[in-house]
Amino acid sequence: MKIMNCPLNGPRNISEFVWGGEVKAMPSGTEVSPRDWADYVFIENNIAGVVREWWCHVPTSFWFIAERNTVTDEIIRTYPASEVFNRRVEFAAPAKGETK
Amino acid sequence: MPFALLKYGLSSKYPARRHFPKATDLKPAYDVVIVGAGGHGLAAAYYLVKDWGITNIAVLDKGYLAGGNTARNTAIIRSNYLTPEGVRFYDESVRLYQGLSEEFDYNILYSVRGHFTLAHTDAAMRTSRWRAEVNKHLGVDSELIYPDEIARLCPALNMSDDVRYPIMGALYHPPGAIARHDAVAWGYARYAGDRGVEIHTNTEVTGFVIENGRVTGVETNRGRIACGKVLQAVAGSSSRVSALAGFKLPIRTIPLQACVSVPLKPFLDQIIVSGSLHVYVSQSDRGELVMGGSTDPYSLYSTRSTLDFKEGLLGHMLELLPFLGDVKLVRQWAGMADMTPDFSPVMGKTPVENYFIDSGWGTWGFKATPVCGKRMAETVATGNLPALLQPFRLERFYEFEQVGEKGAASVGH
Repeated sequence: MKIMNCPLNGPRNISEFVWGGEVKAMPSGTEVSPRDWADYVFIENNIAGVVREWWCHVPTSFWFIAERNTVTDEIIRTYPASEVFNRRVEFAAPAKGETK
Repeated sequence: MPFALLKYGLSSKYPARRHFPKATDLKPAYDVVIVGAGGHGLAAAYYLVKDWGITNIAVLDKGYLAGGNTARNTAIIRSNYLTPEGVRFYDESVRLYQGLSEEFDYNILYSVRGHFTLAHTDAAMRTSRWRAEVNKHLGVDSELIYPDEIARLCPALNMSDDVRYPIMGALYHPPGAIARHDAVAWGYARYAGDRGVEIHTNTEVTGFVIENGRVTGVETNRGRIACGKVLQAVAGSSSRVSALAGFKLPIRTIPLQACVSVPLKPFLDQIIVSGSLHVYVSQSDRGELVMGGSTDPYSLYSTRSTLDFKEGLLGHMLELLPFLGDVKLVRQWAGMADMTPDFSPVMGKTPVENYFIDSGWGTWGFKATPVCGKRMAETVATGNLPALLQPFRLERFYEFEQVGEKGAASVGH
């Protein structure tokens, strides 16, 4: 069996996890063109090498980030998402007359 | 009475016929460079020669001839898809397959078996009925059948209720067939090679020469060649090659594993698929059970095999065919599948002028080999995407017009 080291639960059988795809930078701001949004949602880097990915430990619903080599399948590091996502993102559009 | 065969057998000379042209040096320029000498790339070369009279073609492959996914699939051919766009497309492929051995004078061992997609839940029955109706509307032979008829047509199947997911019905597609996947590639390659197409294996593309947004040359590990047009047909390496040309794709590369049992006496004529159990099986002409299931649970650029795959697959397989409990597996392998968000391919034009792409074939590529070859040849020759391929353009992801075939394309859900 392949072991994934969950930051919350420790080393577990990889069958307990769901792969969430590449960590991608979400387009910022409230006026993102449909094309940029489609790029973000559908287009992948899909590189052969070390990537940063989302993983979810299903029994505990815990999402975290793993750095993995997509050629050798070596899991290099796992860490909580808060290491990367540590700033609040405002989604609300600014009120009329204000600028962001 | 095969007199020709008799004469051949009694002759003192046995002229060997070389299948493919001898390896040569790369020429400085070609009208068309096809990256990827798999089924799709070789089929495109064949139709470029046959339909369009274009022969100044080089087909390049970093590995050996058709050694990628063409060598690794489970060789199922069918057109029982869900969307009208998909059904029309795969139906043309099945029709091309039916006459293929005759057409290119190479036996692809095309064997019509009947394809059964078993339904074990109400939702699956609904989808099967939907697919049957869409198929019938477009002239494709599919029918929703019930346990009594399944038992009659597939006597080997376990129809008992004493399992976790009893069979409720099936989508029955009589034209479903299997073929010798290597022979399909070799047949296309031999015809094209005999008419001047050059096939260069162990030739890896390392870059492209792009001037003013148009591709004019291809860099390889054996030197640079100039080109009029490029066709990229490299399942498993699609993103890597497109990156060399400066654009990205909506593709994730995920391994798809398969395995075969020891040869057994013929007992399974049909191709059996179960979406709910994530398994499918057919019996080859050597008597081996060729089995597959869902894609791996995460992306990987590797064709390694796992124990997890076998455990999952065979546990479910024994629900369908319990008497196989003592049968041994003889071989296990994998391919690298281009998985797209809508389980449909990405074909046609790219942001680079004169650079065409045939990709996103996921777990559904082998059955489309002839229609891909024919229609991509048309695209490359005319510079225009034919109506049949329009639904599969790369732009569809920006226009939110995806062709959702997850239910019909694979068992990975």
